[in-house]
Amino acid sequence: MLITCPYCGPRDVIEFTYQGDGNRERPQPASQNLDAWNAYVYDRLNPAGDHNEIWQHSGGCRSHLRVVRNTVTHEILSTSFARGGHKTESRS
Amino acid sequence: MAEQHLPERQSPLEPEYHPGSHGNFEHGVDVILSETRPGSILQLAAWPGEEKRLIEIIRNVTGLALPDGAGGGVSSGARAAFGFAPGKFTVVDEAEGFAQAFAGAITPAIGTLTDLSHGRTAIRIAGPKAEWVMAKFFAIDFALPAFPLGAGRSTNHHDIFAQIQRSGADQFDIYVFRSFARSFWKALCHASEEVGYEVQ
Repeated sequence: MLITCPYCGPRDVIEFTYQGDGNRERPQPASQNLDAWNAYVYDRLNPAGDHNEIWQHSGGCRSHLRVVRNTVTHEILSTSFARGGHKTESRS
Repeated sequence: MAEQHLPERQSPLEPEYHPGSHGNFEHGVDVILSETRPGSILQLAAWPGEEKRLIEIIRNVTGLALPDGAGGGVSSGARAAFGFAPGKFTVVDEAEGFAQAFAGAITPAIGTLTDLSHGRTAIRIAGPKAEWVMAKFFAIDFALPAFPLGAGRSTNHHDIFAQIQRSGADQFDIYVFRSFARSFWKALCHASEEVGYEVQ
């Protein structure tokens, strides 16, 4: 599986670290909304198809990336820098 | 100002650094391995939005025409600079204490400078089979059109993080963690045996 880093170009998946579901929305740290925290920690879409994810190019430029990956085919549909907000455009 | 007395730096490769020809060199030496031992290895990082100002500072201080763009770099022999991550650059100089040249230029509003001179080891591989040997280590394209002269790349070999700069058509400078340098050097020597290598 190849992931195209926006800085480094196409690299083997071994250089990347999965950093979790990109659909999560972290409540404000002071928030006492237990439902929002519960959703942030536990609720996952778990789609069979396109999935918004956060990856880090830990074995390269160390950038955090927004990646859309198809969980069935492992096709990487898009990559971009996560800087400026990690939430990816919802595709699933 | 009192002259700075810097501690004498010892090579981490020394127990495994054996000058001379090795491996399958009966038909010629196809790669030359050496430790370049630059006096200064600096890491410069810009805050988001300050990248262009930092590039300008590097150009002014080093006198190198550092190109803008991912992995862009330039190598002049005594001095080199290249981008290895967004807004982050490695600057190398033969002389010790080059960090002082940036003092006052990189303000806290622009970014940071970290002196890694004692934390990295610089290894050079040169020769007609340099690309061949490098390709055994790193899953990146070493062909000249994909990896132009002066350009830098960040990658790793079995979790040993490496910054690579092409300093010649058939020459690469590899910057690895000092603590892993001897292990990497031994692996590089083993990988070079089949083509015949000389340690200088």
